[in-house]
Amino acid sequence: MVDEKYMEQIRKVPGWETKQAFSGAYNARPEGTRMAPRPVKFFRPGTDKVKSLDYILDAIGLKDGMTISFHHCLRNGDAVMLYVVDTIAKKGIKDLTLSASSLSKVQDCLLPYFESGVITAVDTSGARSKLGSFIQKGGLKKPAIFRTHGGRARAIETGELHIDASFIAAPACDRFGNLNGVEGKSACGSLGYAMPDAEYADHVIAVTDGLSDTPLDYVSIPQTQVDYVTTVDSIGDPAGIATGSIRVSKNPAELLISRYAAQVIAATPYFHDNMVFQFGSGGMAIATAGYIRQAMLEKNYTAAAGVGGVSGFHVQMLKEGLIKTFYDPQDFDLAAIDSLRTDIKHHEISASAYANPFSACPYVNMLDFTVLSATEIDVDFNVNVLTDSYGKLLGAPGGHPDAAAGAQMTLITMPLLRGRLPMLLDHVTTVVTPGESVDVLVTEYGIAVNPRRTDIAECLKGKGLPLTSIEALREKAVMLSGKASPLEVSDKICGVVEYRDGSIIDVIHEV
Amino acid sequence: MNSLYRTMFFVPGNAPGKIAKAEIYGADCLIYDLEDAVSVNEKDAARDLVSSFLSMYRPDCRIGIRINGQDTPYYEEDVRAMVPLQPDFLRLPKSETAENIQQLDALITKVEQANNIPVGTVKIACSIETALGVYNAYQIAKASPRVFAIGLGAEDFRTDMRMARSEDAEEILFARNQISLCAHAAKVIPMDYVNSNFKDPEGFKKDVAFGKMLGFTCKSVIHPTQIGLVHEVYTPTDKEIEHAKKVVAVYEEAMANASGVIALDGKMIDMPIVTRAKDVLAYAKAAGKEI
Repeated sequence: MVDEKYMEQIRKVPGWETKQAFSGAYNARPEGTRMAPRPVKFFRPGTDKVKSLDYILDAIGLKDGMTISFHHCLRNGDAVMLYVVDTIAKKGIKDLTLSASSLSKVQDCLLPYFESGVITAVDTSGARSKLGSFIQKGGLKKPAIFRTHGGRARAIETGELHIDASFIAAPACDRFGNLNGVEGKSACGSLGYAMPDAEYADHVIAVTDGLSDTPLDYVSIPQTQVDYVTTVDSIGDPAGIATGSIRVSKNPAELLISRYAAQVIAATPYFHDNMVFQFGSGGMAIATAGYIRQAMLEKNYTAAAGVGGVSGFHVQMLKEGLIKTFYDPQDFDLAAIDSLRTDIKHHEISASAYANPFSACPYVNMLDFTVLSATEIDVDFNVNVLTDSYGKLLGAPGGHPDAAAGAQMTLITMPLLRGRLPMLLDHVTTVVTPGESVDVLVTEYGIAVNPRRTDIAECLKGKGLPLTSIEALREKAVMLSGKASPLEVSDKICGVVEYRDGSIIDVIHEV
Repeated sequence: MNSLYRTMFFVPGNAPGKIAKAEIYGADCLIYDLEDAVSVNEKDAARDLVSSFLSMYRPDCRIGIRINGQDTPYYEEDVRAMVPLQPDFLRLPKSETAENIQQLDALITKVEQANNIPVGTVKIACSIETALGVYNAYQIAKASPRVFAIGLGAEDFRTDMRMARSEDAEEILFARNQISLCAHAAKVIPMDYVNSNFKDPEGFKKDVAFGKMLGFTCKSVIHPTQIGLVHEVYTPTDKEIEHAKKVVAVYEEAMANASGVIALDGKMIDMPIVTRAKDVLAYAKAAGKEI
């Protein structure tokens, strides 16, 4: 999929000489050992880990050219990245690689540190807004790398992504370095995305506004992995960290898509007693979960497990006994955070456990089905969740390619048009999830099954569903919206989109 | 496309997004509204929009257009602009007398002829919204062979009758009965009124079921969520279909054996019961159910 001329550019980047182009969702065969190197540690009993950040930066010897990492579990409420980067900048350190499990709009505040050369490279799942624009203006020293959640864990564990210092925002942390995300005024829930960093970074620093003098009862990341603890007044704005309530779509077209998606699922063998599923936390995914819940009640089915990000709706099903257990790498609202803290059936898992393709069996491999959204899809079922129709950075691969690859059946729920723009194209602007791992597209104008999945198509016959081909849906989209002019893109690349196995599935162009 | 008119879904003629998406909800019929949904300063724009859309694309269902009333300056231009698009019908608001319908019939004929469209292609649905209209319902239904449906415009009717709206619409019961009776007498479709409370699905379903009991076979709707509810009520259930099949089978067997007395499960079967059973099966088949 990636033009060889771009691969040549990519292989010229120091450290990327052996990068391969994507050649299939299950083609990569890992070799060698899994363990990335990490310094041996020793702390005398009685050593106080709680220090100022200034002291810590000196103690760990942070210097130009190193890689610092952060998790994104504080989402759009995060204040830790700014605090840490600003303190680093004041020491005159430059040329850092920023490795974040993702970057939200709140991180626009980091722009001055990009412009002044404090940060010159980015390794993330997503980037948007001002940082996205900076990247697409060619502001970095080398192309940004966009990874999936599972792919990032893989890169860390194999040593491909070496983190010199990981700064972990910790809503609750004791003096010994045990920390969790479910307590404190800035609770964010699961710290799954920080776990690979904590396990493999050379230095691990907890940044907390909830320091406890006594050992924590609930431990997400243990003291054995944490070198230092530093305190701040606030690690973030709770309003941006977690929402207070679930958003269920009220849009009639979205509800129609959700109902179709649930009908598709219910018509296949993947809907069975003791099924395992993943729903996103968007309004349409929650609406689909609502219809599936109804179908489960009618059939007297329960789900053996839910996997993936958790919202209040999932918690409700867990409490009702409709989901027996939940494997949770991140939480979206207060109900989910509270459930993780109190419900023994609700388990916190790391990004690696969730989705690392080079492990014995990531949790996504359990999935009977997953319901995912998309920014764009094309007639080959390739999905874009990273850029908009003009090629501008907008979202993040997140766990999309991971869940799609792991699940027995992957459904994409998506409106055919957004405003005047068709979302079903001949070719997506950016390939993030390959079409071979996408099975069904559900839109308000009809349902298309990937021709690879004749078994699913057979199940859906005679069920009163508006089945059609993806080509016919594409024609409909063009008829309603008109055919858009092809997007003119620059030959200069400013980012690479990495598939979960480390191969390059697409590139991001300068804009 | 099925042959039923269970739902007539109003789509504002001045809302491009809603016009483009309207067909997805599965209504048997879409009515693009040039009247109440469109403010006076957007009448031209709405006419142009509906015209452009239908010239380019034809949704896979019945198509109607609610034109502005004959007492407005927009009426004639609406008819001249819409008839060439060959919708299944025009819906005329404030139909009060047979003369109203004959006047529209004549104008449609002129436009059809001018555009080489076979005369009679575009039908008329009459919206009856006044006391006089309800009183004249049968004459309205019989005013032209183009008339294929009549229905009550409840809000305007209440205003004309100085009625307050009650929760269970008790005040319009007589008018609903009259419309249903006159429609059946004239062999046209009785259209039940618009219930605008789409936030109360249970109350809406009760209202639709009550309308069905009064003889209505079609409901005008204004919100996508109402469409499925109407279809659910109007479409025969599997149990009703099974019973109808048994009635028809018993009847046909009796006919074949020249038997005088026909009974099913100990109950006498007479001709009206057989006719109703055949209607149920025909309706179910038209609604896409397996018979």
